[in-house]
Amino acid sequence: MSEEVLITARDLRKTYDAGRVRVLDGVSLEVRGGEMVALWGASGSGKSTLLHLLGGLDVPDGGEITVCGLDPRREAHRLTLRRHHVGFVFQLHNLIPDLTVAENLRVPALARGAPAAATRTRIGELAEAVGIAHRLNHRIQDISGGERQRTAICRALMNSPQLLLADEPTGSLDEETGDTVFSLLRHLVQTRGIAVVLATHERRFAEQCDRVLRVRSGRIESGRPAVGSG
Amino acid sequence: MRFLALVFVNLRRHKLRALIGVAGIGFGVAAMLTILSIVNGAIGMFERILAVDSHYLVFEKNVSDLFFSSVPDDKTAALRGMANVASAEPLLFGLVTSGDRPIITCFGLEPTNPRLANAKWLAGRREEFGRTPGGIWLGARAAEFLEAKAGQKIAIGKGEFTVAGIFATENGFEDGGVFLPLKDAQTFFSREGVASVVAIKLRDQTRGAEFKRVVEAANPGLMALENREFNQSYTQFKILHFTAWAVGLCAFLLGGLGVANTMLLSVFSRIREIAVLRVCGFSPGQVAGLILGEAVVIALAGLTLGLGLGYGALFALEHMPQFNGYIQAVVKPGMLAGIVATAIITAVAGSLWPARFASKIQPAEALRYE
Ligand SMILES: Nc1ncnc2c1ncn2[C@@H]1O[C@H](COP(=O)(O)OP(=O)(O)OP(=O)(O)O)[C@@H](O)[C@H]1O
Ligand SMILES: [Mg+2]
Repeated sequence: MSEEVLITARDLRKTYDAGRVRVLDGVSLEVRGGEMVALWGASGSGKSTLLHLLGGLDVPDGGEITVCGLDPRREAHRLTLRRHHVGFVFQLHNLIPDLTVAENLRVPALARGAPAAATRTRIGELAEAVGIAHRLNHRIQDISGGERQRTAICRALMNSPQLLLADEPTGSLDEETGDTVFSLLRHLVQTRGIAVVLATHERRFAEQCDRVLRVRSGRIESGRPAVGSG
Repeated sequence: MRFLALVFVNLRRHKLRALIGVAGIGFGVAAMLTILSIVNGAIGMFERILAVDSHYLVFEKNVSDLFFSSVPDDKTAALRGMANVASAEPLLFGLVTSGDRPIITCFGLEPTNPRLANAKWLAGRREEFGRTPGGIWLGARAAEFLEAKAGQKIAIGKGEFTVAGIFATENGFEDGGVFLPLKDAQTFFSREGVASVVAIKLRDQTRGAEFKRVVEAANPGLMALENREFNQSYTQFKILHFTAWAVGLCAFLLGGLGVANTMLLSVFSRIREIAVLRVCGFSPGQVAGLILGEAVVIALAGLTLGLGLGYGALFALEHMPQFNGYIQAVVKPGMLAGIVATAIITAVAGSLWPARFASKIQPAEALRYE
């Protein structure tokens, strides 16, 4: 597994409502290639906000940040980041419900103008890997919650990112399905060498990650490995 | 440009919404095509009435409509006396009623008028024109809708005439009109001693400017215009043209609002989805391109529909017996280009704001909306 540093953030700050809501207040962290890191914290602690900053969906108010060699404070870099380097998985699958699985998977490839044939091959390969190959021509509204989340993971992997940002990906699934989706992520990290930053408030998932970063009061409290993973 | 594939995916997803936009543009196109080509046709027919075998038209200055113009007979005689004038044909326009037909154009003309020679005579002889007392001559269409045959008596206004001849002309106005010898027409309309216009044929057309100058200097109340000049300056034509474009553009405005509405709905109901596209690597420009692309596809589909409807309507109107052949649609290439451009511009203009709005959607913010 690669040891290359993918994310370095120093003293990140983010406020909302013209500075009245202080969400991140000096967050520093480092993530290396191939590792699975949990962002663990209570609801409202700022996990989603931090993931958005790391993935170039939003801009910090202050601090230093480098992701995959790019500077997400710059608009052009954010676009490159989203197109080529990071994939997102959300709690709500955020798929387009009346399109088929295959059509949803095609979206990231269309964004960067990937050739159609290569896209088809990639869709087939990924769908096989996450076990939804038999669902490709079904609409999202007709498949189960677990299958939707698998599709969402597939979509996040379409552009072969080095980094997967997962925001409570098991949050809307029942326990058993949640476990399989988590195992799938775990498996992908190990087989493909992709780094995952996983926001969760569930201890059992946090504990299975390589490292746990505890988010509290707008800061990261501990960068120590979680019990049992060292 | 591959991302534009999503344009079709989106339109397919919201068929009804897309169809409403298509129909809006389609009706605009159809309305504009129909109105413009009918007006063009009508103007063309009217121009040709005046332009039969002539170079210049002499008529009264400052009249709003040729029906009100008066050129005294002695002026016609004076025009005929000019060296460069080959022929001067007076023409008196009037409107008559017959039976349940409220408006029939009546032409008063002299037997020498070239249109009589150009016509295809179906009944009676051209040489007899003006020699049958109480006679009236009918255009073929007029004879059809008046159900009149040669030799029959028909009521025109308060008078009664005998049909002395029937002839077909290619001009819808003439074919649906009735013809009287100039003298009889002057009496019938109480416009003794005058014609509406005099059509002049010159011997030497290159000396037209000189002809115009001489006529206008000798007759301060008259005007001489070359046919082409007349067509461009005649106020009635201008009003017709203006009205046609104005009505057509209004139809388009409605179509444009339809597209704007379609695209706004499309954007507002997809805010979260657009945020997801951004997450998946779409740039603001690509998002705007998707919305504009949808509008352009709607415009092209609307154009196809509208041209189909428009040509269909024109065909139907031209063949409706009620219109007596007055409708001879003329579709000009420039007009068609104008319609195509207007359709695309309206659709794009109607979707500029929605596209701008869509391109400004911030992914992080929009993803928080449930
Ligand atoms: N646009 C906004 N305006 C004002 N406050 C905001 C905005 N977005 C987020 N917040 C606030 O910022 C805080 C952090 O939100 P965030 O979604 O990052 O938390 P989280 O740790 O992901 O929570 P959860 O576990 O519930 O998803 C919350 O208190 C939230 O209400
Ligand atoms: Mg969250």
